[in-house]
Amino acid sequence: MTFADKTAAQLQELIHTEQTTIAEVTKQAFDRIEALEPKVDAFLAMNKEQATQQAEEMDKVPFAERGPLFGLPIGVKDNIVTEGIETTASSRILEGFNPIYNATVVEKLKAAGMITVGKVNMDEFAMGSSNENSYYKKTKNPWNLEAVPGGSSGGSAAAVAAGEVPFALGSDTGGSIRQPASFCGVVGMKPTYGRVSRFGLIAFASSLDQIGPVTRTVKDNALLLQAISGHDERDSTSADIEVPDFAEALTGDIQGLRIGVPKEYFAEGVGEAAKQAVRDALKVLEEKGATWEEISLPHSKYALATYYLLASSEASSNLSRFDGIRYGYRTQKAGSLLEFYMNTRSEGFGDEVKRRIMLGTYALSSGYYDAYYKKAQKVRTLIKQDFDKAFEDYDVIIGPTTPTPAFKIGEIIDDPLTMYANDILTIPVNLAGVPAISIPCGFENGLPLGLQIIGKYFDEETVYRVADVFERATEFHKKTPQTWEGAAQ
Amino acid sequence: MAKMTKEEVIEVAHLARLAITDEEAVHFAEQLEAITNAMELLNELDTENVEPTTHVLEMVNVLREDKSVPGLDRELVLKNVKEHEAGQVKVPTILE
Repeated sequence: MTFADKTAAQLQELIHTEQTTIAEVTKQAFDRIEALEPKVDAFLAMNKEQATQQAEEMDKVPFAERGPLFGLPIGVKDNIVTEGIETTASSRILEGFNPIYNATVVEKLKAAGMITVGKVNMDEFAMGSSNENSYYKKTKNPWNLEAVPGGSSGGSAAAVAAGEVPFALGSDTGGSIRQPASFCGVVGMKPTYGRVSRFGLIAFASSLDQIGPVTRTVKDNALLLQAISGHDERDSTSADIEVPDFAEALTGDIQGLRIGVPKEYFAEGVGEAAKQAVRDALKVLEEKGATWEEISLPHSKYALATYYLLASSEASSNLSRFDGIRYGYRTQKAGSLLEFYMNTRSEGFGDEVKRRIMLGTYALSSGYYDAYYKKAQKVRTLIKQDFDKAFEDYDVIIGPTTPTPAFKIGEIIDDPLTMYANDILTIPVNLAGVPAISIPCGFENGLPLGLQIIGKYFDEETVYRVADVFERATEFHKKTPQTWEGAAQ
Repeated sequence: MAKMTKEEVIEVAHLARLAITDEEAVHFAEQLEAITNAMELLNELDTENVEPTTHVLEMVNVLREDKSVPGLDRELVLKNVKEHEAGQVKVPTILE
């Protein structure tokens, strides 16, 4: 029996009826990872010994004391620090870095009884949309091994799509959970800014970053978000607001739901297949009692420029901590301290990271601060106001997650602006701080397409409810990629 | 359209503590010029009376009680330090 296509509830049923054990589920996850990794390349450091031991201990815990995620395997994005497991953010500058504490979300996974099987690949410091910026390896798209899995949480999405793990954590600064979820045909949620603690998330752009779940089904996604959410005094930007029961929100009822569909998300550059898949999805939701209208988010076209200025500025500041002194890579070529810093950073960072550090440094430098950084902060206000206004009349906003399905490895890596354009439909959400999910809604040439559902601040419940209604009415989430053919059980 | 010169890139790289070669500077100058030109799209918008957004949530000055708590264990803190001596981090010579 394969566990690869099972949901959390199905796995628990098998465990509770003693048809399998946590130890077996864990072993199968590692067997499948070992069999598929030569093709998929989603994982970095593995945690096999500890996970195997943990699984055996957990099998001894009485059923009555176990929650819905107890004993289930998860992959953790490599920019989330894990005590005792190498954490690199896919950068050379953190090669060999062995964290001395856990991120809050990792502590929460432990509290829920989840088993971290290993760390998953990403674009270096979460900067990229294809996973090609990892220093260590290029993760492949399980649907087509010549295509990228998306990024930056490409390892998270590919590992889940390939059935290596049923759960993964990602992080989303400008689309880094939703875009790879869309490319790999899985479910990825970027929660409201502040919903999940960022303590222990290696910072890229602190005013935009959020950790979120990647899963195969909406219900599993809701369960995982439930486990990682909540106020944390170690993250001063985490919101002190009650966490509702997200799984309870999946009532199947969207009667009277009002959907706004921004015309800007159907503009030039967005592929016909992506548009058609969303139109078809709207029909499904209409049949279930929702209504939709075209709306305008007039500042959408300014989001990309705003984002790259703000995110790069924040990154240039955040990444100044990597100096080779206290941890990570250290140059061998240095006469003076200044040379030491400069050589360590030049040898340790990849090109995209350097590009963004320089762009940010430039935008923050004297003489350019008002023209670039402050201007972008003001435009951010306008973009946020677009959403505030739309949400006065609508419960959710729906559009495609990405303009196109996954592109080929190597196709656009040398063209930063084209690469950045991948995120035009996801970036506005981070600038506003609202929650949004990507769920599978179609295919183009055998590659998945994603439906993006955007909600009001701290209203992940409605986002999940709508996503679940769509999932129940369609079969897209049941399709499996080519890597499943002949894969290890 | 702003022009980004090789010299400007070298200056910015220095501010960012990145060593780059002349060849890299030329390459980055081309890319950064294209990127900053694309960013100038924002100049279309009149933002004279718009407040900047630094943070999307309505929270200010998150304070905690002014009480000291023990920090991390020194041995643990030094775990990832490449060179250390007598409980202190070693760095290259700063003063000749």
